[in-house]
Amino acid sequence: MRVGLSWLREHVDLPADISAADLEQALVGLGIEVDSVADLRASVTGGLVVGRVLTVEELTGFKKPIRFCTVDVGAANGTGQPQEIVCGASNFAPGDLVVVILPGGVLPGGFEIGARKTYGHMSAGMITSARELGLGDDHDGIIVLPPDTTGAPGDDARAIVGLDDVLVEVEITPDRGYAMSVRGIARELALALGLPFRDPALVPSPRATAEPAYPVDVRDPIGCDRFAARAVRGVDPAAATPAFMVRRLTQAGIRTISLPVDITNYLMLELGQPMHAFDLDRLRGPLVVRRATPGEKLTTLDGAKRTLDAEDMVICDDSGPISLAAVMGGETSEVHVGTTDVLFEAAHWDPVMVGRTARRHKLFSEAAKRWERGVDPALPLVALERAVALLTTHGGGTTGDEILDFDAVRPRTPVDMAVDLPTRRVGVVYEPARVVGLLEAVGCTVTVDGDRLSAVPPTWRPDLTDPADLVEEVVRLDGYDKVPGRLPLAPAGRGLTDTQRRRRSVARALAETGNVEVLSYPFVGTPALDALGIPDDDPRRALVRLANPLSDEEPYLRTTLLPPLLATLRRNVGRGARDLSLYEVGVVFQAHAGAGAPPVMSVDERPADSVFAAADAVVPEQPWHVAVVMAGEVEPTGWWAGGRPATWADAVQAARTVLDTAGIPEERVSVRSAAVAPWHPGRCAAIAVDDVVVGWAGELHPSVVRALDLPKRTAAVELDLDALPAAPVTPAPRVSGFPPALIDVALVVGEGVPAADVRQAIVAGAGDLLESVRLFDVYASEQLGSGRKSLAYKLTFRAPDRTLTVEEAVAARDAAVAEAANRFGATLRGA
Amino acid sequence: MSYRNDPYDPKQVAYLDPAALDAAVAEADKAFAGAADPDALTQLRHLHLGDKAPISLARREIGALPPAAKSEAGKRVNEARRQIQDLFDARSAALAAEQEQRVLAEERVDVTLPWDRRPRGARHPLSTLMERIGDLFVGMGYEIAEGPEAELEWTNFDALNIPPDHPARGLMDTFHIAPEGSGLVLRTHTSPVQARAMLTRTPPIYVIAPGRVYRTDELDATHTPVFHQVEGLVVDRGITMAHLRGTLDHFARAMFGPDARTRFRPHYFPFTEPSAEFDIWFPEHRDGPQWVEWGGCGMVNPRVLRACGIDPDEFSGFAFGMGIERSLMFRHGISDMRDMVEGDVRFTRAFGMEL
Repeated sequence: MRVGLSWLREHVDLPADISAADLEQALVGLGIEVDSVADLRASVTGGLVVGRVLTVEELTGFKKPIRFCTVDVGAANGTGQPQEIVCGASNFAPGDLVVVILPGGVLPGGFEIGARKTYGHMSAGMITSARELGLGDDHDGIIVLPPDTTGAPGDDARAIVGLDDVLVEVEITPDRGYAMSVRGIARELALALGLPFRDPALVPSPRATAEPAYPVDVRDPIGCDRFAARAVRGVDPAAATPAFMVRRLTQAGIRTISLPVDITNYLMLELGQPMHAFDLDRLRGPLVVRRATPGEKLTTLDGAKRTLDAEDMVICDDSGPISLAAVMGGETSEVHVGTTDVLFEAAHWDPVMVGRTARRHKLFSEAAKRWERGVDPALPLVALERAVALLTTHGGGTTGDEILDFDAVRPRTPVDMAVDLPTRRVGVVYEPARVVGLLEAVGCTVTVDGDRLSAVPPTWRPDLTDPADLVEEVVRLDGYDKVPGRLPLAPAGRGLTDTQRRRRSVARALAETGNVEVLSYPFVGTPALDALGIPDDDPRRALVRLANPLSDEEPYLRTTLLPPLLATLRRNVGRGARDLSLYEVGVVFQAHAGAGAPPVMSVDERPADSVFAAADAVVPEQPWHVAVVMAGEVEPTGWWAGGRPATWADAVQAARTVLDTAGIPEERVSVRSAAVAPWHPGRCAAIAVDDVVVGWAGELHPSVVRALDLPKRTAAVELDLDALPAAPVTPAPRVSGFPPALIDVALVVGEGVPAADVRQAIVAGAGDLLESVRLFDVYASEQLGSGRKSLAYKLTFRAPDRTLTVEEAVAARDAAVAEAANRFGATLRGA
Repeated sequence: MSYRNDPYDPKQVAYLDPAALDAAVAEADKAFAGAADPDALTQLRHLHLGDKAPISLARREIGALPPAAKSEAGKRVNEARRQIQDLFDARSAALAAEQEQRVLAEERVDVTLPWDRRPRGARHPLSTLMERIGDLFVGMGYEIAEGPEAELEWTNFDALNIPPDHPARGLMDTFHIAPEGSGLVLRTHTSPVQARAMLTRTPPIYVIAPGRVYRTDELDATHTPVFHQVEGLVVDRGITMAHLRGTLDHFARAMFGPDARTRFRPHYFPFTEPSAEFDIWFPEHRDGPQWVEWGGCGMVNPRVLRACGIDPDEFSGFAFGMGIERSLMFRHGISDMRDMVEGDVRFTRAFGMEL
């Protein structure tokens, strides 16, 4: 909400020289966020004067209408001669009063005004619009001053257009509807600065009369607990909105429409009471206030034809719904150009209903914003009194004697609180008298009984319902800055959990081995899964879908980290990177097929464990995965030698790094050939722990590389971190101090025999004396014969208690070879 | 060394002569000094210390002496031999050192050659910052609490005193999980972890919950639909707003230096009452020392405690939360949110392993 200080000053005597910083501090200190404080007095420099349009010459031959005008600016231009100005607007006529900036003046934004030749004429100065003066967004034409303007040609125009004011724009939190008004902001400023407050709602207003202003039947007192109305008849339909009102509406960013409508908007700004003005002549029969019947239609003022919901409240006449209650009026009953008889309505609507209606119809009108945050139900008669007074003053006509006031507002429930609760919750000692005094300053009626108090909150504070709300009022008014700092003493904690530590270690290990961490968006579309070649029956197709995705292309949540990670890889390639190794540690989302909706849970008490467990069972599984993708050289070409491209083996290595860091002993890890999308079927390894597959690593399938436009031979690994067993407590190895016996063997096997299997055979055959086995060469040649390969191993034998004899080592070697021969027909190369 | 026990022949007693011994020492010294390298020196060893060397021959002559002379002659020979050995060792060490110098000079390389042989990796700075914050609070006795990113509406909203039609729901642009009425959302804040912590733990509860959250904002320089928050929750007997303030002041100093401090402004959050937004005085700001909006906080609303089965008359609590992106942005002078989102390795590598 944006309001001028001049308006606020009508209700609180702010110091004449209050600075923008002090003003902001006062409001912020009480919880009203200040978006801006704009001092309009300094916003336009140079001569800004009232001018009277003398002549208008339409210039033709240009793409848009252009006028050459002469404007009387009195003696302000130093000559007393009419000022010649070219103007692109056409919403004025000779005789109108306008606002002229003279050459040498500067508009907001630093636009200097001069005298220059344009459209074939000299133009000295400019006739200004509201937007050019920084007064609002209205740029439909230049400002035409109302006839009641007090200024004469040549007078300074700043005060007349409101440029002598300071504009404050504030943001109101959802609990403080009352502060969306001059009344509310002035009240807060008075509290903050310790000044008296003049409540604009304290005007005497007559009560309801036996005869209503108009017959109204309120059929749903829950949706509408107050409905008041008064009529004014015989209004001059041509009556203009007074200048001060136009100015204040403009400052607030509200367009002027007609006097009756402007009055309702003006009072909404002043009091916070949204109102509606009906054309009495256009109403057909008595009004009925009720819920809409589903499917009912109403064309609202914005021209939209709306289908109503059973929860919407409507005001109807014999023709059906004529207003979407509290949110927006309808076309058929609205005050229009010829209206002479006006029925003002001021009601009180259920905030929850209004909020739902506004969201349902996406109509977040100024009125709806206030209703949703809470409007003072004591205002309707005050607002009506002000409305009829303003209308008769500025538009003539007579106020009817009848006053309608349907009032089903329930009295406020007092809030009961221990007097020392604020002290105990805030940690500042508030004496009982201080607590009572602050609550009364807020507007509560407080009674104290021993160590407890009972506070009836003021009508404009529907948000004060709980003791905690009163605590906030006490600390808010006393000052948040007076709350001291003390550290609470936490009990001894247990540090990170094993899984938390594991995730960190893995992330760190991958970074330390040359990979760069990425945190990507988890949104995916099915084309991305198609591109990966993931089959229809794959668990990675059990997708969680968003009801309102940002992009219809990516309405799902990832079931694998690869699509977003590969997209990031490609983005980096697109930006010129060549050698990339990226990783992500993050959750994937797995839908529970047919999980249904969670059970309804109350908030008045803790849900039973079984109920919460049932609700939790509906939540998609979200295991933590880790994935690495790599392309280009994993070791760069450099002065030392040529580089080494990333291959499937580096992906498997990354998997090993993860498992090793996760504390999984090497002997429990197995690597098997696999054929799983999106990997190359001949270069894909299934990584298993205790024979349970936890992920895959290898080179991506060439078709995937093509489909996703990735660098050739991009490699990838993805593991399910949550599928890994807990790391065991490692038993310490016995470290033998006796010398090792080192023996190399080269075994020739069929080329299809996995090296991992040969290794297993060696380990099994060699027995306990084998300390380590290391494959150091893989070799194939014509000499070996086609379909054969040679695997060369370095075997290290060692005994824990003695120096091995050559015979013992050779016997163990022979046993290892025999086992390999037995399992795979391996022969010793060269034997 | 072994000596043949040659038969005695007085004619051969010549090497034992003191002058001869001195000459042998002098000769060895001269010869060793003339050796140009360790190999040459090794060649000379045999001539001056070997079996046929004068000094060895002198030793052999001792046997021919009368017993009364043997002792003195033995001493003399030993002394001479020790001198030759010392000369050899000294020359050997000097030559070895010379040779090493030469080799070292030959092996000289250009150590300014680039060292990017093993390309470095990096943590994402958001991860590092979250871990750092987690560590700070773990050090204070807190534990790290977690919850799902696809979350129950009940824990994300209802349990936090945000009923279905509360305007606060409208303020948090929520991703809903299909189908309509699934009761599931992508969590809009880390606050549901509060609810889960209270449902699964018993007071005293001291937890910190860093994590990923979602809002339906399009990505631009200042918004991202996926971002990170960290949430702190304390529920204990006698917890006050002063404890909240003290904790945030401590946090601020640990993150931003000893001159950092906080400022509270009244605000509204449904799940806390009283509520505040807090700013931090950040002396290192790239635009000069200033207050920076940091996060939201307050005393846990008794309604939230009740929904999670904690008696608000016995326990009170505080909660706070702040954006990780925001913290990183002002701590490191990042001006565009997209830099933290896009995964450009040039951005991430700049931060390395720590912040």
